[in-house]
Amino acid sequence: MSTRAPAPVATPARDVLRHVAIAGNPNCGKSTIFNALTGLRQKVGNYPGVTVEKKTGRFFGSHGEAMELLDLPGSYSLQVRSPDEAVSRDVLLGRLPGTPRPDVIICVVDASNLERNLYLVAQMLELQIPVVVALNMVDVAEKNGIVIDLMALREKLGVPVIPMVGTKGVGFIELRQAVSRSPLPHPPICAQMPIVLEREVMALAKQLPVAPEVARGEALLLLTLHDQALDEVAHHERAIIDATKTAQQRLRTAGIDPLSAPVDARYDWIGEVCAAAHHSGGDHHALSISDRLDGWLTHRVWGWVAFLGIMVLMFFCIFTVAQYPMDWIKDGAAALSKWVTGHMPDSDLRGLLTDGIIAGVGGVVVFLPQILILYFFLGILEDTGYMARAAFIMDRLMSKVGLHGKSFIPMLSSLACAIPGIMASRTVENRKDRLVTILVAPLMSCSARIPVYTLMIAVLIPSHSALQKAGIMLSMYLLGLVAAAGMAWLFKRKLLRGETPMLLLEMPPYRLPSWRGVLLRMWERAGLFLRRAGTIILALSILLWALATFPKPDKADATPSEALAQSFAGRMGHAIEPVIAPLGYDWKIGIGLIGSFAAREVFVGTMSIVYSVENKDEENIEPLRDTMIAEKRADGRPVFTPLVCIGLMVFYVLAMQCISTVAIVRRETNSWRWPLFQIAYMTALAWIGAFIVFQGGKLLGFQ
Amino acid sequence: MTTDAVESLSALPVGQKARVVSFDLPPEQRQRLLEMGLTVGVEFQLVRFAPLGDPLEIKVRGYMLSLRKNEAAGIRVTRV
Repeated sequence: MSTRAPAPVATPARDVLRHVAIAGNPNCGKSTIFNALTGLRQKVGNYPGVTVEKKTGRFFGSHGEAMELLDLPGSYSLQVRSPDEAVSRDVLLGRLPGTPRPDVIICVVDASNLERNLYLVAQMLELQIPVVVALNMVDVAEKNGIVIDLMALREKLGVPVIPMVGTKGVGFIELRQAVSRSPLPHPPICAQMPIVLEREVMALAKQLPVAPEVARGEALLLLTLHDQALDEVAHHERAIIDATKTAQQRLRTAGIDPLSAPVDARYDWIGEVCAAAHHSGGDHHALSISDRLDGWLTHRVWGWVAFLGIMVLMFFCIFTVAQYPMDWIKDGAAALSKWVTGHMPDSDLRGLLTDGIIAGVGGVVVFLPQILILYFFLGILEDTGYMARAAFIMDRLMSKVGLHGKSFIPMLSSLACAIPGIMASRTVENRKDRLVTILVAPLMSCSARIPVYTLMIAVLIPSHSALQKAGIMLSMYLLGLVAAAGMAWLFKRKLLRGETPMLLLEMPPYRLPSWRGVLLRMWERAGLFLRRAGTIILALSILLWALATFPKPDKADATPSEALAQSFAGRMGHAIEPVIAPLGYDWKIGIGLIGSFAAREVFVGTMSIVYSVENKDEENIEPLRDTMIAEKRADGRPVFTPLVCIGLMVFYVLAMQCISTVAIVRRETNSWRWPLFQIAYMTALAWIGAFIVFQGGKLLGFQ
Repeated sequence: MTTDAVESLSALPVGQKARVVSFDLPPEQRQRLLEMGLTVGVEFQLVRFAPLGDPLEIKVRGYMLSLRKNEAAGIRVTRV
């Protein structure tokens, strides 16, 4: 038996660092161990060219030696079905540029769910990288009456096994020691493949242009791919793909299914391991508590009550609690802007600072409280295991439009704000489903639309009752919901066709959330949002400020509304008038539309400038409302007829008037293609919606 | 021997224990189910259906897994 360390891709950093990867099934407690090892020494980035997140952190071995820990996405198998899994495989095979092949893998295993968790371990061992098994949650297993014979497990697996309780800090010293050992024990090959299969694996391995120690593992992975996936393999020559296919054909003739035989062999081996090391008592205490909870939480009636209760609580917090910090941020930005105005002579630079940069950055930061609160709840829902139940309950409804139960949370979050909603779409594993979710999420009416709805309802029915207002608001929310469902259905049928991905959802036992993990995730998401979205938003805010400011009016004493009419934005308002005339809008509304491209709520402010209304208090829209009601066209007809008001609201329901969302979609999809497509389709949808309201309403005899 | 007892997973009543006999599913879906531990011969229990009747939840190899009726219909099982 060889005990030499493998000789993967050499990198300069190898002298000072040992590269460690941490892998494991979802819900095995991997992030807890990752967080405990690295603390705040974490970095989140992207792998070059793909949207898969790369999370790394530093930690120190038992002798203080620095190690780089790479967090591989949680996965049940190394079989590639998503970009995340492709990245995991490529890292472990050492063929991802910029990411050295790990020297050792920490494979986290849930001790209370040993059988299925060992499947990934079996695959890892086949890759011939030293593995340290972190047997996590041994306390839970013990409570469940599961007894694990460590000696037997170590002997059967042939690698170090460290019993741990990640949440209580148990086992970390031993884990560090195991990872620091030099040389690392080389893993034995465990699962015996059928002889015919093994022969094909070795034959194919010889043809692969890779290092000998990874060849067998890679050949095995290739042989277990189905036809379509094989055709999508880009990193091998056609000849190898063809050789794989003929080998698969030979196996089938020999009565061996290449897709399932290795899986069966691994589970046979796991059966042997468990027979020797895993003794399950009859009493599944904790599971039965979880089971009983599920009896209520997925109950026909009480399940819905609990579900709605949780959602209402979450939204109540997002809308009410977040309001305070949001007001502070708004007030702070206003105060800062006032201070700058007071301390600088009037100039373009001052305008850029106050109206461009401070307003732009303020407009970004103001979303932070909602994002933080949403992530707080999402973190708890995820940690406790309720997220899987929400998907379980909602899957039937979501499947009607071709989506997965897991798309529900991102869509729902978008009711507060599309940005956290789109960021939450990461829980949807299937790439196409995730993209569809991102594309339709901004159709859900977010909180930034409320000021626009409020203004237009006030103009429509100046003395509206609370009930009328609520009724109109609700219709707008419903319109957004219907549009999102309809577009999702359309995209799934036409644009992103493909097999409906199957739902395979693990329902983890209920657990108490790890507060540290929840807070770390909030911190990480907030940072990502500020860094990635902030820069783009800042640039676009400055651009919009310039459009509304230049060229300067000829007269020195021009009023703000005259200056705006003179500017590029004003000219653009005129320029787009022919396009928006069929919707019943004049060029002044056109300016409002252009001005609020950055953010919907800006519409109210822009209209105040357009109509020269001194609107110091944002809450008090009455002066603006009265001006708008009194506004007449050249021929004396009022501008804001009921149809125009309703049409405008419909336009704002459907249009993509939010730079922050554009920026976050750009980041999450890693290209400009999808955000641009999204702007195009939503603007078209908005135009058509408003057109139908205005022209259809006229045909029916309304004004 | 027991040719009469083979039925599809989705037709089982709640609480029923059964054993996987074969799959009538596309290769990729079959492979995913196998990897999740639903291998031929493994014993499982149908635990519940979702409030709207779909998906369903089974207990297999000591953990809970939910899948849609659509796929469950392609899993041939025999009661134990």
